Amino acid sequence: MDGAVETEAGKETGGGVHRFPAGKGLRLDSGATLAPLEVAYKTYGKLNETRTNAVLVCHALTGDQHAGSVNPVTGRPGWWESVIGAGLPLDPDRYFVIATNVIGGCMGSTGPASTNPKTKAPYGLTFPVITIADMVRAQAMLIEALGIETLFAVVGGSMGGMQVLQWAADYPEKLFSAVCVAAAPRHSAQNIAFHEVGRQAIMADPDWRGGAYEGEGVRPEKGLAVARMAAHITYLSEAALQRKFGRELQRDGLSWGFDADFQVESYLRHQGSSFVDRFDANSYLYITRALDYFDLAAQHGGVLANAFVKARGVRFCVLSFSSDWLYPTAESRDIVRALNAAGCRASFVEIETDKGHDAFFLDEPLFDAALRGFFASTAQARGL
Amino acid sequence: MREDFAEILRLVRPGSRVLDVGCEDGELLELLTREKRVDGQGLEISPAGVSACLAKGLAVVQGDGDRDLDHFPTRAFDYAILSKTLQQMREPRHVLSELLRIADQAIVSVPNFAHWRMRMSLMARGRMPETRALPDPWWSTANIHLCTLRDFTDLCRELDLRIDACAALTAGKAARPIQPDGLLENWRSESALFLLSRRVAEPAGAAPQNLFGDVELPKPDAPAPKPRRRKR
Repeated sequence: MDGAVETEAGKETGGGVHRFPAGKGLRLDSGATLAPLEVAYKTYGKLNETRTNAVLVCHALTGDQHAGSVNPVTGRPGWWESVIGAGLPLDPDRYFVIATNVIGGCMGSTGPASTNPKTKAPYGLTFPVITIADMVRAQAMLIEALGIETLFAVVGGSMGGMQVLQWAADYPEKLFSAVCVAAAPRHSAQNIAFHEVGRQAIMADPDWRGGAYEGEGVRPEKGLAVARMAAHITYLSEAALQRKFGRELQRDGLSWGFDADFQVESYLRHQGSSFVDRFDANSYLYITRALDYFDLAAQHGGVLANAFVKARGVRFCVLSFSSDWLYPTAESRDIVRALNAAGCRASFVEIETDKGHDAFFLDEPLFDAALRGFFASTAQARGL
Repeated sequence: MREDFAEILRLVRPGSRVLDVGCEDGELLELLTREKRVDGQGLEISPAGVSACLAKGLAVVQGDGDRDLDHFPTRAFDYAILSKTLQQMREPRHVLSELLRIADQAIVSVPNFAHWRMRMSLMARGRMPETRALPDPWWSTANIHLCTLRDFTDLCRELDLRIDACAALTAGKAARPIQPDGLLENWRSESALFLLSRRVAEPAGAAPQNLFGDVELPKPDAPAPKPRRRKR
């Protein structure tokens, strides 16, 4: 279905799964090569004649290519329908928006559930460990395959923001602008610690079977659900949880047992159980590992600014949320200071909100205004 | 156009690199970008100001002049502009010194607390002056470090800063070049705009630590480089 274009609720969308020729594998940071390589993607809008209006949207840990349209697995709106769409900051009338599924993912790009060509069985734990830079390299291969030399913008939040930074470090000549939302230049000890809790929960599930559950007809759903529950807390703020749930009970009175008495418990259980329907446990292991390994400064002699010295021509916009404690504003400031130190053109706003890390998925007027302003003026500079 | 903006526009070399500290909604930066094709960067504390700047296509970082100047690399700009806010800084002396670490020249404007209206107001009423230049009552003013022209020139001398140009500013009137040391100007000038540069090499230890190490800064189509004033 590569390159298919269809019309979905009035939006011109395209995409599919791009299969790279057998000889064209993906070189990985670990030294391994991933072949065959498939990258699933989705597009919105049309590439203009000068091929200057392409925007790459990078997703977060559990996101996918269905950024601007209904997700076929869940039947729910795309994760960035508040940003991609008619009259929104990324209007498909103006831009050719491309969203990919990262490698290691489970929505069509090559990942641990794909078939290992050597064993003809699902990779499982024989899938090589990947990095953010590997994800970006695969995206760059896709962009090239689509015949796009320069991206008008690369945009992403959370892990997507890290991909944006990696793009700026590795392919500055292919970028006109870069928007990094609610991200960090490296994973902190606390970030790694939370991920380790999630991974251990998965691995402790007897149905994980050392990662080989695919072949045994089971899935470590309990472990993955617990991993999601723990992670989900980190995406919200204390204030947002309090506002949403407080100490409200599910029913009248306490159960004097371990049912989900509190609404917040029930909410988390729901988050966990609905997650396992759409996500693969091994993908969760691999992608969290890629995040933990991310340290942009370490890749550049320990000096973050060195990552950006070649990106002087790129227009940067860095956005953070005041109540995000997963990747707090201080981390975004480090990015901005490094950009300044490298002599890059950078803008930065901390958006005041109590919605925590996940604020970038939500309708935040200030966030919307910042994106709108940045894209509008950058488009003008690009002559779009 | 604001009289201080007109004067700044006159002083700034075309095509130079400019940092506007406290750039508000980016009016000055936009003007400089349009009229002088400067490569501009703003620093602004209010999110609304930053959003307004973004919408104008300006590069602006949300931050605080008191804290965030330390993180800019040395001599990254040709000009650092601080318009009418030095008196609101917690550490004006440090800020001034930082402006001239980051940039080769600083353009700073300050209200003159020794202006005759201030003096008359204080003398006649015996209360903190509330004038058209400084209209807020003492309990709500953001101005915590007011000074006179003489105080300011003294501080420049102490920091070994050279005053390359100075102009008196009066609301609604064109800037008037003055000798800031003059006794009369300390009565006459409501506020003044200074173009400053560092006289000699920075004293050892004065430069704050650059968190990002010494990074090679590629200079974009910059004007002919000035003779390098090396630290230490």
